Amino acid sequence: MEVSVWRGSGDQGAYETFSVPAQDNQTVLDVVSWIQQTVDPSLTYRYACRVGMCGSCAMMVNGQPRWTCRTHVKRVLADGKLQIGPLRNLPVIKDLAADMDPFFDKWVKAGGVHKPSRSRAEPIQEVSPEEPGRVVANTAIECINCAVCYASCDTVAGNPDYLGPAALQRAWTLYNDVKVEDRQAVLDTVTGPGGCTNCHSQGSCTRFCPNELDPLSAIAGLKRAAARSFLKGRG
Amino acid sequence: MLNLHYYMAQRLSAMVMGPLVLGHLAVMIYAIQGGLSSAEILSRTQGSIAWFLFYGAFVVAVSIHAAIGLRVILHETTGLRGRLLEIFTWGVGIVLLFMGARAVSAVTML
Repeated sequence: MEVSVWRGSGDQGAYETFSVPAQDNQTVLDVVSWIQQTVDPSLTYRYACRVGMCGSCAMMVNGQPRWTCRTHVKRVLADGKLQIGPLRNLPVIKDLAADMDPFFDKWVKAGGVHKPSRSRAEPIQEVSPEEPGRVVANTAIECINCAVCYASCDTVAGNPDYLGPAALQRAWTLYNDVKVEDRQAVLDTVTGPGGCTNCHSQGSCTRFCPNELDPLSAIAGLKRAAARSFLKGRG
Repeated sequence: MLNLHYYMAQRLSAMVMGPLVLGHLAVMIYAIQGGLSSAEILSRTQGSIAWFLFYGAFVVAVSIHAAIGLRVILHETTGLRGRLLEIFTWGVGIVLLFMGARAVSAVTML
């Protein structure tokens, strides 16, 4: 099959075409690895676990963001061709390796760090799995930080300050976490100029999330909570 | 480029506009059924506080809603930000408010 792979760093670069033998069972990451191991050892890309847990190997495949280690070539091949590029909406370090710094910086900016409400000296807080807030929080905890949602988001493309689906979904998890005491602080962090109110509800994040999470609904939840707090005079 | 205040202003103005748009459409359809002339329409709207409040609220809501919507479109398509974006937002709002107020006063004032 014909595989074109992005080569270059920063804003400079072009697609280079390789001919890769097709196999019955073959992932997109297998294709990239085959090129690097047999044709061009200088091809740069990133992966670690190869089983869909670490979130390192996301790339653009035929124009759509995918976790390449769990994406079978058969499912995405178009006319016997494959185009593989670095993740959208992020700077390129080299070839297929995108610079993840803006993605993780926004994660921190959205308040993605747990701020405990109890000290070490106090007894551990019991959390019931049935508690409604916990049930909502549970829906998002399988995020692997692969940045597929961030790459798929047209709002991020148009508004570089926008925090993006993953970071906002994390904030929604914290908002619903019974261990978080200051929920208003969570809302205040995500309702600034780059916050949840910028989302256009296009839903690409939910459409492309490889773990089938639902950042779109999480952001809608944040918007509802922010609107309620505004109407109560706390905005 | 939408903080919570802009977001709420746009949503609340949309809530005001919703029923007013339906009312406006209903009135237009009603007005042409019996073949009302411009003079006959004006004779009913001029001096009417109800029509002044109806279309006055419409103009205020549209000015707020459109200015914030255009602000987002401009920012996301051109990257414009900071003071220029604020001037644009308020400028659009004020121009729409002025034009709308002029039209409302012409139709409802005696």
